[in-house]
Amino acid sequence: MKPPSPPWRSRNHPAYWAFVVHRLSGIALALFLPVHFWALGKALAGAGALQAFLTVTEAPLFRFGEWGLVVLLAAHLGGGLRLLLIEFGPWSGLRKDWIAIAAAGAVAAGLAFALALVR
Amino acid sequence: MQSLLTARIWRGGSDGAFVTYEVPRQDSQTVLDVVTWVQRALDPTLAYRYACRVGMCGSCAMTVNGRARWTCRTHVERVAPHGILDIAPLANLPVIKDLTTDMADFFDKWTKAEGRFQGAATRRQDFARVAPDSRQRRAVDAAIECIGCGVCYASCDVVNWRPDFLGPAALNRAWTLVNDVRDIALRQRLRAVAGDAGCHSCHTQGSCTERCPKNLAPTSAIAGLKRVTAQAAMRRKL
Ligand code: SF4
Ligand code: SF4
Ligand code: FES
Repeated sequence: MKPPSPPWRSRNHPAYWAFVVHRLSGIALALFLPVHFWALGKALAGAGALQAFLTVTEAPLFRFGEWGLVVLLAAHLGGGLRLLLIEFGPWSGLRKDWIAIAAAGAVAAGLAFALALVR
Repeated sequence: MQSLLTARIWRGGSDGAFVTYEVPRQDSQTVLDVVTWVQRALDPTLAYRYACRVGMCGSCAMTVNGRARWTCRTHVERVAPHGILDIAPLANLPVIKDLTTDMADFFDKWTKAEGRFQGAATRRQDFARVAPDSRQRRAVDAAIECIGCGVCYASCDVVNWRPDFLGPAALNRAWTLVNDVRDIALRQRLRAVAGDAGCHSCHTQGSCTERCPKNLAPTSAIAGLKRVTAQAAMRRKL
């Protein structure tokens, strides 16, 4: 029989949450990528087709989705840089300061994009 | 009146259950004291392990209120302010009975990670001289105090996801030997830890580092192994 898995409480610490965010944002971005290429592929069918699609993306829901993408990208980028630095840089430890920096970067990117949207 | 503590202790094998005991509360009481009191005063059939009681042997680790801990140096006051203690065997290891787990896998993996020192010098030679402030000696110092308690292993998700993963403690041990300038089995060891079940499976979740009672950082040791194995692979020396 498989031994019991670690209890949930043992996972509650910043580095684990950083892992969860990195994994979820990575999956979400990977799912988005085909949609992205599909949209770009519309250009092959002529400028009109792409333009028609781009008009649809003006809708508020799409704007909100776009904003989500920017936040996901920023979070994944920041978290990914932290991992690269831990694994290939001369640093040691869990670098929780970098988790904070990555999170702050994602929030800042989200706010900046939201600001650009409402203006 | 002396206050009481509610201790829910795991009884039986992996299909066992928690059994509740009332234990007298004492000053400076450790979780191990609680388990020992239950065995001596209430039920001599309770199975658990310990030896040194001072945080040296690494045999007393259990899951206490949902986290792996060394019980001999964990004060009840700190982990159970409300007087309720859940005490279970370590996760990620097969349960033998009550609070004892089968640690064979855990230690076999140290062997698989080439965790044994192999030197070239004989007893007739002089001591090797290793400068205390050299980079490698400092890397060894940071990782050498492992007591083999298995707390990191029981806290790691990757061990649970892929049972052949060597785990934080064995990889941490391998890292100390990779940095031991007297050791001659570097290449063999790098091969042992570079595989699918080795250092590259670690997702840097950091639970090992967060929970190690000796404050070691297996995550850093594993990152070191990732670097060294990647370099060796690029130089075609793996
Ligand atoms: S840092 Fe790696 S070895 Fe340590 S708990 Fe996380 S996944 Fe496991
Ligand atoms: S690295 Fe720490 S938690 Fe893991 S076995 Fe060694 S002392 Fe225990
Ligand atoms: S009994 Fe030896 S470390 Fe706890």
